[in-house]
Amino acid sequence: MNKIMRHGQVGRSAPRLEAREKATGRAEYVHNLRLPGMLYGKIFRSTIPHGRIRSIDVSAAAAHPGVYRVITAADVAKVVPNPYYGPAFHDQPILAIDKVHHVGEPVAVVLATDPHVAEEAAALIVAQYDELPAVYDEVEAMTSKAVVHDVLKPAGTFPDLKHLQGKTDTNVALDFHLRRGDVAKAFAEADHVFEHTFRTKAVLHLPLEPFVSVAETTGSGLTIHTASQSPSFVRIEIARLLGWPENRVRVKVPYLGGGFGAKLYIKLEALVAALALIVNRPVKIALTMEEQFFTLTKHASTFRIKSAVSKDGKITGRECEVWWNGGAYADIGPRITQKSGFTAPGPYDIDNVTIDSYSLYTNLTPAGALRGFGIPQLVWAYESHADMIARALKLDPLAFRRKNILREGNAQATGTIMRDAAIEAVLEQVSARMDWEKPFARSSGSVKRGRGIAIGFKASISPTTSVAIVNVAADGSATLYCSTVDMGQGSDTANAQIVAEVLSIEAEAVRIVHPDTDVTPYDMATLGSRSLYHMGNAVRLAAQDAKAKLADLAREVGVPEGSNIPIAELFVKKYKMQAGNIIGTASYIPSYVPPEAETGQTPNATPFWMVGGAGAEVEVDTETGHVRVTRLVNVGDVGTLINPRIVATQLSGAAVMQYGFTMQEQIETDGGQITNASFADYKIPSILDIPPMESEAVDAEQHDGPFGAKGVGESGTFAVSPAIANAIDDAVGVRISELPITPEAVYRAIRARNGDPLEDA
Amino acid sequence: MSETVRTIRFTLNGETRTAQIEPHWNLVDLLTRLDLFGARESCAQGLCGCCTVIVDGTAVSGCLHLAAFADGATLSTIEDSHGLDAVQQAFIDTGALQCGFCTPGFILMTRQLLAAHPDPDDDTIRHYLAGNLCRCGAYAEIIEAVKLAAKRPKA
Repeated sequence: MNKIMRHGQVGRSAPRLEAREKATGRAEYVHNLRLPGMLYGKIFRSTIPHGRIRSIDVSAAAAHPGVYRVITAADVAKVVPNPYYGPAFHDQPILAIDKVHHVGEPVAVVLATDPHVAEEAAALIVAQYDELPAVYDEVEAMTSKAVVHDVLKPAGTFPDLKHLQGKTDTNVALDFHLRRGDVAKAFAEADHVFEHTFRTKAVLHLPLEPFVSVAETTGSGLTIHTASQSPSFVRIEIARLLGWPENRVRVKVPYLGGGFGAKLYIKLEALVAALALIVNRPVKIALTMEEQFFTLTKHASTFRIKSAVSKDGKITGRECEVWWNGGAYADIGPRITQKSGFTAPGPYDIDNVTIDSYSLYTNLTPAGALRGFGIPQLVWAYESHADMIARALKLDPLAFRRKNILREGNAQATGTIMRDAAIEAVLEQVSARMDWEKPFARSSGSVKRGRGIAIGFKASISPTTSVAIVNVAADGSATLYCSTVDMGQGSDTANAQIVAEVLSIEAEAVRIVHPDTDVTPYDMATLGSRSLYHMGNAVRLAAQDAKAKLADLAREVGVPEGSNIPIAELFVKKYKMQAGNIIGTASYIPSYVPPEAETGQTPNATPFWMVGGAGAEVEVDTETGHVRVTRLVNVGDVGTLINPRIVATQLSGAAVMQYGFTMQEQIETDGGQITNASFADYKIPSILDIPPMESEAVDAEQHDGPFGAKGVGESGTFAVSPAIANAIDDAVGVRISELPITPEAVYRAIRARNGDPLEDA
Repeated sequence: MSETVRTIRFTLNGETRTAQIEPHWNLVDLLTRLDLFGARESCAQGLCGCCTVIVDGTAVSGCLHLAAFADGATLSTIEDSHGLDAVQQAFIDTGALQCGFCTPGFILMTRQLLAAHPDPDDDTIRHYLAGNLCRCGAYAEIIEAVKLAAKRPKA
């Protein structure tokens, strides 16, 4: 169905449609927005990780000159009687009620016309708490006496969470289980058994535009201007909180200054909505960089992986136990636990598999999706494990993977047959770029060289829906209405290229209307690399619908088939002047079969697979533990390329981000307090930090993607971390099992291997 | 209006301006009140470069530079141009931007870089732009953009 004649719009590196606006500083962000009469809100936050609120004294803040009002949960309750929100659990209050569950949780808000006044006054609020025992570690949370929430409140959206309704005395916010084959037998009969545990620390998205939302009351309801990746979700959730029909809530999203999964679901939107309703004035809250540390992180994780392996290096069985540190509110963690959890055995053909994946509440900042939806944490473990097995069996890491990878037509752990997943091609292209078969020059001095490879994969979450509208005006110009958010990934440009390809016009001539729920139709969200496939298909079908209606119009006005009469003349023939529209519309939802509850088995786990491979060359200074990555190769299977330049930028940008998570980023905590909540102490990669990189896509096609394309944004993150760890092991023979790979960790490991371990400081 | 307000005079993007400021305002506070949003406060510590403003010919972090210091100064922001210069065009042509939030800062620093080093090598570029952060990770394209701009005649 996609093999239609090409018009050269798809497959060309069109500059981003909005490049000029961005290069001249004139692109529209919520950050820029001011409304008449607008108040600025500053959040007063919890200073303790877990406790009952004894009192909140706002008197000094309220009396501070210039303060309009101070708001607490008691005020919110008057406009939102049940103010708990969340995509998986209705567990997060708009402002803390009775208890606080993590350091930095919003407790009160000061409103003032001057943001500096609001900030000054917020510092005058005094809250007193009765502290409760807290839990921070995801494995301890399984059995901890400290329980984060008194009772679990699943949202009702997801069937696999319903059994948790009303549960008490537990921190488990989802337990996902998969059973395939006979693992016990596989281990009993195995020639070799390997078991390792890997960990990742919590890290952050840190978009350079921090979270920002504005709400205003209108005659018909509320308008929320927000830096959100999920405008349709915001509309539905705010309407639910207020008991309103959807059409009274309008959500508008311009460009985002980065998202990476942070700006999903509800972040500040419910708070600004409640504030605007309470004071009946527009309210803006713009977080600082520091406040992002109290809003959302990427899950810290622990993964115990155990494999049964035959003498000749075939994996015959695998047990995976994964614990996800979800922090104080579930956000989308339970979906990560399941949707990514079922790929935990890796892109390998293994007959006997068990997976137990647990989403845990702890007294830390909530965790959510971050460029990979849990996949980088899993690949870190299974690809480090793969190299450790290969080394132990004296097998080449590439040969070991070749022997075991999932190939087209194999059944994945869920039982779903692999299709359009270029695992083998990605592995081969990584090894070819790395010249893996050629000898590798090593050094003899104190700086040792090594190299490593890794490969990971991801299933797109399902089922999700996208709707698009293509409007052809009477002069023939085309406008696309869709709720996909362009946060830098280039979706406006890609969608314009798809419209242009179908309508045989220039992509640059297509106008994109940004998400505005009064105008643009429903879209599940811009997340998980889903948009190019789901929205791309909806856009393609909507454009085809418009094209078919144009053909109808031509027939109606008596123009012969195949005529190349300009579209504008068709309208004039019908309406006698420049008037009218053609509206093409379509929705897209791929087929999906939910997994069986006991076994996790399903014949259709996902509409498409994403594959990412990486190769790394490193130099390790054995005297300091410093690691220099001298080469980083990234290869992805992204289907066909709608815009090759943007694809390359997405792959390399994702790899840069994961490089930061691999080598330098981690949230430092002490008793639940974050001790490095600033760019001075939490270092994201700068232009000086990044290694020489090569990023490319394999020649591939997603048979049911728009023009053969599929998602791009995350694949570059998957394999970076284990490729580097494997290269370090290759260089100096030590294994780092926890991210990030700091010089201290490497140096300690070298000293330990030499039988001369460092004493703990 | 509080008693701490004072009036400053300065040149902004070629025009003489006056503004009433509070003593705690930084340059971003001042510029946003003048409806210029290209300099953006992000890290608020002078570490990310999103708030870059040219003051008397030198790039400064607008989040750390008090508005009061602008009295008598000449300010130039990303909005100070008609059409595109060679640097902006090079960023567009090489795809050296993604979300665009850091882009004005990078472009202003690149202009200063090329004024000091008309034909910079990779190392010079990396060191000169080390004070600007791009969370989308478009660094490879940014280096390409700087080199392309260096090759092109100045606008």
